[in-house]
Amino acid sequence: MSVEQLLGRDSFIERGARSRAQALLDAGTMRELAGPFERLHSPWLAMQHLVTQADDGVIVAKGRLDGRPTVVLAIEGAFQGGSMGEIGAAKIAGALELALRDHERGIPTQAVIVFETGGVRLQEANLGLAGIAEIQSAIVALRRHVPVIGVSAGSVGCYGGMSIAAGLCSWFVMTREARLGLNGPQVIEQEAGAAEFDSRQRALIWGLTGGEQRVAARLADACVDDDTAAVRATLVDLFARGLPAVHRSDRAADFLACLERVDTTRQATAQDVRDLYSKGLE
Amino acid sequence: MMAANTNHASRGAMWLRLLTGSAHPAHDWTTVHACDAILAGRPARYIAVVPDPDNAFPRARNGEVGLVEGWRLASAVREVIALDADTDDKRAIVAVIDVPSQAYGRREEAYGIHQALAGAVAAYADARQAGHPVIGLIVGLAMSGAFLAHGYQADRLIALDDPAVAVHAMGKASAARVTLRSVEALEKLAASVPPMAYDLRSFASLGILDQILPLTNLALPDEQDIALVHGALEAALADIEGDPRRGLERRLRGEHRGASRRVRELLAAQWEDAD
Repeated sequence: MSVEQLLGRDSFIERGARSRAQALLDAGTMRELAGPFERLHSPWLAMQHLVTQADDGVIVAKGRLDGRPTVVLAIEGAFQGGSMGEIGAAKIAGALELALRDHERGIPTQAVIVFETGGVRLQEANLGLAGIAEIQSAIVALRRHVPVIGVSAGSVGCYGGMSIAAGLCSWFVMTREARLGLNGPQVIEQEAGAAEFDSRQRALIWGLTGGEQRVAARLADACVDDDTAAVRATLVDLFARGLPAVHRSDRAADFLACLERVDTTRQATAQDVRDLYSKGLE
Repeated sequence: MMAANTNHASRGAMWLRLLTGSAHPAHDWTTVHACDAILAGRPARYIAVVPDPDNAFPRARNGEVGLVEGWRLASAVREVIALDADTDDKRAIVAVIDVPSQAYGRREEAYGIHQALAGAVAAYADARQAGHPVIGLIVGLAMSGAFLAHGYQADRLIALDDPAVAVHAMGKASAARVTLRSVEALEKLAASVPPMAYDLRSFASLGILDQILPLTNLALPDEQDIALVHGALEAALADIEGDPRRGLERRLRGEHRGASRRVRELLAAQWEDAD
């Protein structure tokens, strides 16, 4: 990106979840469902005297993308780290279930999920996990009909059970600033020690799990600049491509063949992963 | 984290053996055992993740679901889907669940463990949605991402009534660190906030667990215990086959799922008006 482009760009990362959803949909088409005026405060956070939010940090936005009926599910990373509690997860799962019902009625509603999440909201532990399982089930059911596209822009990234949901998406779009991984660096350090993963080493974290690396290693499909128009254009292109021949999650044989070749006696480098998967996942 | 190196880590292997009459595994995989045996007079596939102290991936030696385990779970389930692709008589899949956690490691993140677990989740969800009755039997730990990958997509979940059986989103030490609490404070909250609890009855109040089975001899189950578990699996199978739905919506009937129900009602009421 040149200096002029940088100054002129419309950052996607700096937008909140509602603004992201609005910017992705065609101008004037967005309608928010189960919005903040429904006052969907988490009963579980309130019980623990923690701050709640009237939309529980998830925006359900219906509208059109390049003229096609689309639902955008955008997670607000600024509220409780984008963590999934009962209500937020029910908003995503419930909307995906209704998109599936649309298909059964001949309406080809497609879905975008904007992942900005640390995973399960630990203050709602088992209900967050249950909600994520329901989101996962709904993605698998809907992606038989139409692409479900995931986006992670940063700065939170996409972790925990929601990274597994990301792995179910038909296509996955990232910026360089986003990270995608199952276990957050702090949790790995807690469970396995700093020698295994030093959570203060930012270069290590982005080098292994950042957007540029994930796309180079074929674990994501597009690395875009932090520019709202670029993110939107990438989504339009990917929806136009339709469903992948085989979803990434359904390539067990290819991944297992790759993993057999890994030298597990030493730690992995970013280049190791790129080399392995660029050959094995062609 | 709960100690994964105690011998309860082999509960999955033990129950797989007991329920399948020591059937020979379908593959020579060391950490994912898939055994074919009879359930209610028809073929069924039983799957467990088991420890392997010599696993090439050092962070997945105590029964954790790692990279290879995720993809092998996916393979074990997809084989069954392929076998019955041309028949409406879909065989049952029983996930025997004893998973202390997903594998926590640098190699795992680098090579995309989230994608491996997605492979397993997609396979189980596809199997259920294609009409395979999927039953999860919790015989030990059912933790976090490992549970999502192995069992959470089941039509029905059954747990043994045993203090060693626990279900949760994260081990206590890590959960305390992430939520900026002490382990003691976390335990105190877990006692009063149902979704935070680590015990089975609280879990059942969330609508996710269908049955808790009291056994007489937990360490070394006798014939009566095994018959009780078999009976519960057969009853779950009959219950699934009598229900045309293949989604997870029955979980929403749980006592503590009121907010989930309200959100879905609102979405359904507003969905078409939004066009």
